[in-house]
Amino acid sequence: MKTLEELQKIKAEAQAEMARKTRVLVCCGGCTSSGSLKVTAAFEKEIAAAGLADKVQVVKTGCMGLCSQGPIVVVQPGDVFYSHIDELKVGKIVTEHLMGGKPVKEYLYPETIADPAKVLAMAETNFYKKQMCLALRNCGHISPLHIEEYIARDGYEALWRCLNEKKPEDIVQTMIDSGLRGRGGAGFPTGKKWLLAAQQKETPKYVICNADEGDPGAFMDRSVLEGDPHVILEAMTIAGYATGSHHGYIYVRAEYPIAVQRLEIAIEQAHKLGVLGKNIFETGFDFDIELRLGAGAFVCGEGSALMTSIEGNRGEPRQKPPRSAEKGLFQKPSLLNNVETYANIPQIILKGADWFKGIGTEGSTGTKVFAVGGKINNTGLVEVPMGTTLREVVYDICGGIPNSGKFKAAQTGGPSGGCIPADHLDVKMDFDSLKKIGSMMGSGGLIVMDEHTCMVDIAKFFLEFTVDESCGKCVPCRIGTRRMLDILNKITMGQATMEDLEKLEELCSHIQQNSLCGLGQSAPNPVVSTLKYFRDEYIAHIVDKRCPAGVCKKLVRYTIDKTKCKGCTMCARNCPAVAISGSIRQPHEIDQVKCLKCGACMTNCKFGAISKG
Amino acid sequence: MKSQTLPFTGTPEQAAELKKVIAELKDQPGALMPIMQKAQGIYGYLPIEVQKMIADGTGIPIEKIYGVSTFYAQFNLQPKGKYRISVCLGTACYVKGGDKIWDALRKKLGIGEGECTSDRKFSLDSCRCIGACGMAPVMMINDDVYGRLTVDQLDDILAKYN
Repeated sequence: MKTLEELQKIKAEAQAEMARKTRVLVCCGGCTSSGSLKVTAAFEKEIAAAGLADKVQVVKTGCMGLCSQGPIVVVQPGDVFYSHIDELKVGKIVTEHLMGGKPVKEYLYPETIADPAKVLAMAETNFYKKQMCLALRNCGHISPLHIEEYIARDGYEALWRCLNEKKPEDIVQTMIDSGLRGRGGAGFPTGKKWLLAAQQKETPKYVICNADEGDPGAFMDRSVLEGDPHVILEAMTIAGYATGSHHGYIYVRAEYPIAVQRLEIAIEQAHKLGVLGKNIFETGFDFDIELRLGAGAFVCGEGSALMTSIEGNRGEPRQKPPRSAEKGLFQKPSLLNNVETYANIPQIILKGADWFKGIGTEGSTGTKVFAVGGKINNTGLVEVPMGTTLREVVYDICGGIPNSGKFKAAQTGGPSGGCIPADHLDVKMDFDSLKKIGSMMGSGGLIVMDEHTCMVDIAKFFLEFTVDESCGKCVPCRIGTRRMLDILNKITMGQATMEDLEKLEELCSHIQQNSLCGLGQSAPNPVVSTLKYFRDEYIAHIVDKRCPAGVCKKLVRYTIDKTKCKGCTMCARNCPAVAISGSIRQPHEIDQVKCLKCGACMTNCKFGAISKG
Repeated sequence: MKSQTLPFTGTPEQAAELKKVIAELKDQPGALMPIMQKAQGIYGYLPIEVQKMIADGTGIPIEKIYGVSTFYAQFNLQPKGKYRISVCLGTACYVKGGDKIWDALRKKLGIGEGECTSDRKFSLDSCRCIGACGMAPVMMINDDVYGRLTVDQLDDILAKYN
């Protein structure tokens, strides 16, 4: 393939094919864990049995975002939105909707039929209507296994235009002008990175995609890789042309086998079509991409550690400078960007830097994908313009806290980030605003916590993670984080003193200042930010020996409310420690010395007489 | 990292397969990790005997191979069960009670982290986020994912693998 006309012919044919058929889109991202593959198989079987095979196409798509409603099925035209579909519901959808033309109301996502006069399309529901999908624009809309469907949505046109109409330096300039910042954590300006890599004289140069998404709670990169793999190949090839590189590596976590498989298929298809490999679009430009699998080390998400790992070593970071753009993989100039960053690039090329700059805030242009989880009604992926407030994400889009719970805090940026308390619900979610209040964007994990979450326990959880994942190369991180964890353990066991708290704070600043890489430097963040906003909770643990959220086992006390207790003996019979005494029909009592704090009494009490605190 | 406890039972066919992999990959830059990943695919784990074979085949010192194999969580020096259970203890799962699932499984199977039941049927590992946070808490048994877990469901799920 050489000309734009040839590419546009494929595009027109694919679009016509997609429009000709009724499309049943089944989310096969996170929904696979709620059984969407069985749903897909059932659709295929029922559709074949009904003789609809050439009119209806079943498409396994990437993540559609609203994981808590999975498996999700969308029928086009009309974007009719079914939630919680299992294989038993498929037959009725096929007969009534696909054959009869009437959506099966009882299986639809409830919000879409709130108004009996019409059925709302997926994009009109609260969860989707405030979102703006750039990085995820194809996820859930196309089959990741068919390059034609990617082309139907403008795929590979940006690459064609770059190779045929633009000079490398113009592309770099577009990146600089767009204001795009790295989506992997630190938010470094992407254009600057490209410029530095392009300026290097030494060859070969490498273009690398960081797909080692390790922050617990973040899964947007996985969704892009699984739902729209070609966008990464196209963007990396553009990066190769812009910086003068002919070799690309995608470093994917081995925990994402579906992503690996889809990338392999995409690479093969791109080769066949002549948009990857030798002589791309017959322009004489060569660029090829190799997959490398991670092996389960969080630190390998750090740029220099990732490169050390591709080289076949223990994935330890190294001192900077020199920056990776000067001396990176195999000591050669290397350009490293994260998956979500790459996913924005083809559109920036097609629509221009000004278009991109018009979205988001001045310092943080474009959109950001958040992986929202924890104590929230709508869990899943949410992509919004930078600068959208936390309140809009939590309440307007994600439907607030379940069981009318109270928002206590949100943790952004995973183990390197910090918490945002309820007072800051109106903070704008962009790189600089989050930093100002002591949190960070990180890769975009957003864990929501309610009043039943203990902030000391959460800080301890993140510290356990960093202690576990510290590579051990530098002392502040290897030993310092361990000492921090010791103190946190003491606090949650009720054995700490105020002096320990001072030591903890001192350790935080030492580790932040003296660690070698970003993992160590940011490891104390969860402690620093919970201390900043929830110091009283730490003090309650230390001074009052009390866990206000009732989480830290050693500090929890179960008590029986004598006015509510009917003396049914249920609690006493279920207590494994025989710690509850009392005669029948008389209020019972818990012996705090014998109590194991297992909570069996509270679970078994039918009168709500037992409380913990 | 625990030391190796069960005897190595590799076959000549497996050794031949590994030799082929090494010959194919050893000249590309940074070949060690892909070779080790393939070797683990062949044997199911990376006992010292296999690491020695890689060292002999590539000329990479055994101490470096051992260093790499102990650095990454996915390289196993212990054999795994026929059914490999991994429980996600990532943030979202933790907040939703993943630790309770983990404790219950340890009790039910009578094994700890990284261990294998004596009949080699189940092995148990905790893992970091597997990216299914919307379904928290989550565990995987081989390639099957179980989401929105409660402790009550565990017996029924384990029974499927008998």
